[in-house]
Amino acid sequence: MPLLSLHGVSRDFDVSRPWLNRVLEREPRRFLRAVDRVSFTVAKGETLALVGESGCGKSTVARLIVGLYTPTEGRVEYGGRRMQMIFQDPYASLNPRWRVRDIVAEPIRVLKLADEKDVKGKVAALLRQVGLSPDDGEKYPHEFSGGQRQRISIARALAGEPDLLICDEPTSALDVSVQAQILNLMRELQQRLGLTYVFISHNLAVVSEVADRVGVMYLGRLVELASAAQLFNAPRHPYTRMLLDAVPDLAMSGKARTPVAGEVPNPLAPPTGCTFHPRCPLAASLCRAERPELEAGVACHAVHGRIPAA
Amino acid sequence: MILEVRKLRVEFPTRHGTLVAVDDVSFSIAPGEVLGVVGESGAGKSLTGMAVINLLEPPGRIAAGEVLLEGRRIDRLSQDEMRRVRGREIGVVFQDPLTSLNPLYTVGDQLVETITTHLPLSHGQARERAIALLKEVGIPGAEARLDHYPHQFSGGMRQRVVIALAIAAEPKLIIADEPTTALDVSIQAQIIALLKRLAASHGTAVMLITHDMGVIAETSQRVAVMYAGRLAEIGPVRDVIHAPKHPYTVGLMGSIPKITPGAHERRLVQIEGAMPRLNAIPPGCAFNPRCPHRFDRCLVERPEPLPAGASQAACWLHAAA
Repeated sequence: MPLLSLHGVSRDFDVSRPWLNRVLEREPRRFLRAVDRVSFTVAKGETLALVGESGCGKSTVARLIVGLYTPTEGRVEYGGRRMQMIFQDPYASLNPRWRVRDIVAEPIRVLKLADEKDVKGKVAALLRQVGLSPDDGEKYPHEFSGGQRQRISIARALAGEPDLLICDEPTSALDVSVQAQILNLMRELQQRLGLTYVFISHNLAVVSEVADRVGVMYLGRLVELASAAQLFNAPRHPYTRMLLDAVPDLAMSGKARTPVAGEVPNPLAPPTGCTFHPRCPLAASLCRAERPELEAGVACHAVHGRIPAA
Repeated sequence: MILEVRKLRVEFPTRHGTLVAVDDVSFSIAPGEVLGVVGESGAGKSLTGMAVINLLEPPGRIAAGEVLLEGRRIDRLSQDEMRRVRGREIGVVFQDPLTSLNPLYTVGDQLVETITTHLPLSHGQARERAIALLKEVGIPGAEARLDHYPHQFSGGMRQRVVIALAIAAEPKLIIADEPTTALDVSIQAQIIALLKRLAASHGTAVMLITHDMGVIAETSQRVAVMYAGRLAEIGPVRDVIHAPKHPYTVGLMGSIPKITPGAHERRLVQIEGAMPRLNAIPPGCAFNPRCPHRFDRCLVERPEPLPAGASQAACWLHAAA
């Protein structure tokens, strides 16, 4: 029994012009499909990462899971008690007018997880758990660096005693040495507390450090879903291969990098069939006509041998 | 050498005393060479770039040192003289292409203005050159795109336009400050390939400022690592990445996530603590509170760049015994 399952979840956003314009200019309502029939499951104790470029819908999926958006179609099933979210920007996600001890205590108070007399001790334990000192509870968020603020966000998330943490680009705003501290902390906490993570990131190298399984998104669709080992060693979808090729090669093995041509199309007018076909080296007429479904972890007509060899 | 920076020091006078944001930084860039400048936020890498082109925001100022472009000092030029140097001899590419482009003018107008300001060409010739430039930076349908406004371009295409503007007058030096940071990985690869090609084909010197070591590995011949306003290490890119000599560089390299098999079984190398604030830089070596190898000398005496293999590292571990 998975902890979390998404069954064909889609989310549309209304991007119509104002009513008067629509009437006068005889324009129909327009919808942007940010997430398009996405299905996956997350088992207890694992880390599922969702990767993709900006606008691929990965953050919308995060918000659908925690219920900040309701799905337009499909459903989200959650078998745990609570879930919490960690956001990208540790400057925007902490109230600057609250002391850290109140920020961290808020979930405990709202969810009535402890008597008021025990809150102080709980907050101190949580701060210690994320590598801060209990005295830091008296300070305000501005007195902390970006990395320390992200630790406060993590302490606040843990205060709600969640089974599942949704982390939306938790280290993207941080410097690389601070990022390493936060990733190591998240890993320790997972081992110690048996947490489950859904980890959203655009950075494939970061994902390879944290993920057990990886889902690759493109224009609102899940195009590949595989174990991290398989995805990084033998990527199957042409888009995944392209993304991996584009990662700067720090090992300087001299492997020729193929800069990918083209850009992500406008999501208001996505290409027909497989949305990746305009940039795909394997595209054939079938790809323009028919949308490939996710089968055996990959959504691609060519990978499934449905395109006759030229 | 196209660019030579000698013992550069940038200060910010404040009510609470003078902050030294860049201190005693020296490096040079040869024709056709890409020098990467890396460091974490607040290390002084962007300020070094801004000091070179004399665009420091007041009250920031160059307090000491020299900046030479082809042997000529440019740090003492008047604002008018400097304006002629920027654009003509030094091109600049910033992180956010929208801050470099005027939203009210077409891309063609902006290119033609830059070209006619710096080169003795007629409007028609400048327009021809603008089309050639857009083609060179890989913008499809250059003739038609000339009459489009910046908002009609995607992020990657806008950055190409900014690069076209930067190279419009065939400068000898390009300063690129985080040119790919705002872009998606696939677009980032295209822009890196473009910068590299331009440096090679025009013999332009490039100072590439970024926090992304991967970008430097792909592009640069040499790399300078900055920490707390100082140069920690400078050397050939291969040596700095594979055999870093300064303990900070060692930690920095280890903390970069890499796509390798079994990556998520091991811990990332962690540098404890954080970079000091400018008003609290420790005496001696600025890295000493975080350094696993520190000894007495590091606490009192500041290390100069010392030869270490093919590189130079500002670390007493490399002092001749």
